[in-house]
Amino acid sequence: MDNPATYLHWGFILISVPNAALILGMIALFLLALLAPFPGHRGGRSKGHGTDE
Amino acid sequence: MSAARDQETYYAGVRMVPYDLIKELALALLGTAILTLVLAAVLSSPDVPPATIQGWAQADPIGFEGTAVQELQGQSTSAQYGPPYNHGTGSVQSFGFIQPQEWAGVHLPVDPARDFVLQPLQTASAGNPQLASALARYRVASPSQRSSWLGAYAHALDKATVRDGQVVVPPGAYGPVAEMLGSLLTIARSGGLDGQLRSSTRFYQTDFTRPLLFLGDGDYFAGLAEKQHLLSSQWGVMNETGSYPGQTWLWLYTMWYQIPPYNSSSSADLLVILTMGVLTVALALVPFIPGLRDIPRWIPVHRLIWRGPSR
Amino acid sequence: MNETIDPEVRGSWTFAIRRYLLQALPPEHLLPERQPAFVRSWTYVLGAITLASLVWVVISGAVCAFFGPQWWHVSPQGRFFNSLHFWSTQVFFVFMVLHLWAQFFGAGWRDGRALTWITGVLLFVLSIGTAFTGYLSQENFDSQWIGVNAKDAMNAVGIGAFFNVLNFGQMYGLHVLLLPAGLLLFVAVHILLVRMRGVVRPLSEETR
Repeated sequence: MDNPATYLHWGFILISVPNAALILGMIALFLLALLAPFPGHRGGRSKGHGTDE
Repeated sequence: MSAARDQETYYAGVRMVPYDLIKELALALLGTAILTLVLAAVLSSPDVPPATIQGWAQADPIGFEGTAVQELQGQSTSAQYGPPYNHGTGSVQSFGFIQPQEWAGVHLPVDPARDFVLQPLQTASAGNPQLASALARYRVASPSQRSSWLGAYAHALDKATVRDGQVVVPPGAYGPVAEMLGSLLTIARSGGLDGQLRSSTRFYQTDFTRPLLFLGDGDYFAGLAEKQHLLSSQWGVMNETGSYPGQTWLWLYTMWYQIPPYNSSSSADLLVILTMGVLTVALALVPFIPGLRDIPRWIPVHRLIWRGPSR
Repeated sequence: MNETIDPEVRGSWTFAIRRYLLQALPPEHLLPERQPAFVRSWTYVLGAITLASLVWVVISGAVCAFFGPQWWHVSPQGRFFNSLHFWSTQVFFVFMVLHLWAQFFGAGWRDGRALTWITGVLLFVLSIGTAFTGYLSQENFDSQWIGVNAKDAMNAVGIGAFFNVLNFGQMYGLHVLLLPAGLLLFVAVHILLVRMRGVVRPLSEETR
């Protein structure tokens, strides 16, 4: 890990592979968060808000 | 109006379902702990040892002496810098009438010729009569005489060679300058100059301004940075040494330095900070800025956040 | 919760503050066991993950601070705790930005929640400042290079002598104490604001 990283060069953009991987990973994580099904709640009584037991 | 009634009104007609926030936080703590432990154990963290003046003097003695000459001539970056170090103009940034660097004034005084060269030599001259007399000769010389010696030596460095770590220049009219610089190089090669510049005034010291300004005046330091892709022109602000991820969150800050008009401006730092300042304030005030605050309606990611019936 | 006010304590500041706090944030809002049914997306956990990683940033940082700024250069255990601090910070920034994206695209500032958004942006800026002073405190080549370059930006805006990035003692003190204190204060404010108002209703429901 102490060796200099490889760099990607498009036009004026110059980015290290680790940084690019991190950013792409973030976008993938965000899409995953948006699309992955969330564990649902079974039915649940229709409950008004704010009632304390 | 109490918050309880506020939320009751706000969520009127909305079904409330069990949701364990504390359990969620506990799972988040566990998950991030595992992730962090694995990353730390497998990849460790970057730690490139600091550059030293000793390393510089050993790796590039001619470059080292060249920078020292510039300090004495008052022509180095530090010598000509300007506030907060001195009254030079070489590195003063401004944008129209906006000149905060000048307004701030000199509050961290640094005299490179004295602080980086003459003072350390003065200290070293105790017990070194040859150096002491060279310094005395330099001290009483007129500015134009010094200028002549220094200019001649600077030119001679173009044709210098290195023998046993010492710089050898062709014979010339250098006055005491050759002796002084040779001594400075010797002190630097031994590591003494690093210590001198750090603790020149006090026993306890945490301020590294002097040795870092001196290091920054030479090419050796920037050469090390270039190998690690840390130069500004290499998007260095968001990079890390080695193959570690850097500060990706600074991508926008560093992007400006790469494009016009920033990339050709001598006041690039000021311009970039002003730009990012405006953008940051705009980000904070998104709720109040028409257009910006409507983007979520135009790009309907919200349809994915909230899917299906909620009542 | 309607307390009849005992005339004896009508002018009491303590009573007034307690009454205000309990009205603004009753315990069942601070720690609710239910959420609206529309809380049904993984984007809702991004804030919690950010908070969780911050916990590890602080703890690993505390260990590093306990043994002093040179420890991680000279000991393998020190290096390991520095690595924990480095990677938990990376994780923290990743999830903070994802949380920002989610809140932006959900327009989380609606319905009286502008202050929550503003404190969030402030936290982003404070985090960058904390990370910046942290990078300057490494006492290695990276911190040297960052300092020598950042000084030009600080000098350009006139604060270079007041905020001297080449002064390790100053940067270290900011990083270890002052900035984390500010960060934790505003994290508390940010979270309390979320709990006081509850999560914002779906944008999809808006009729305008």
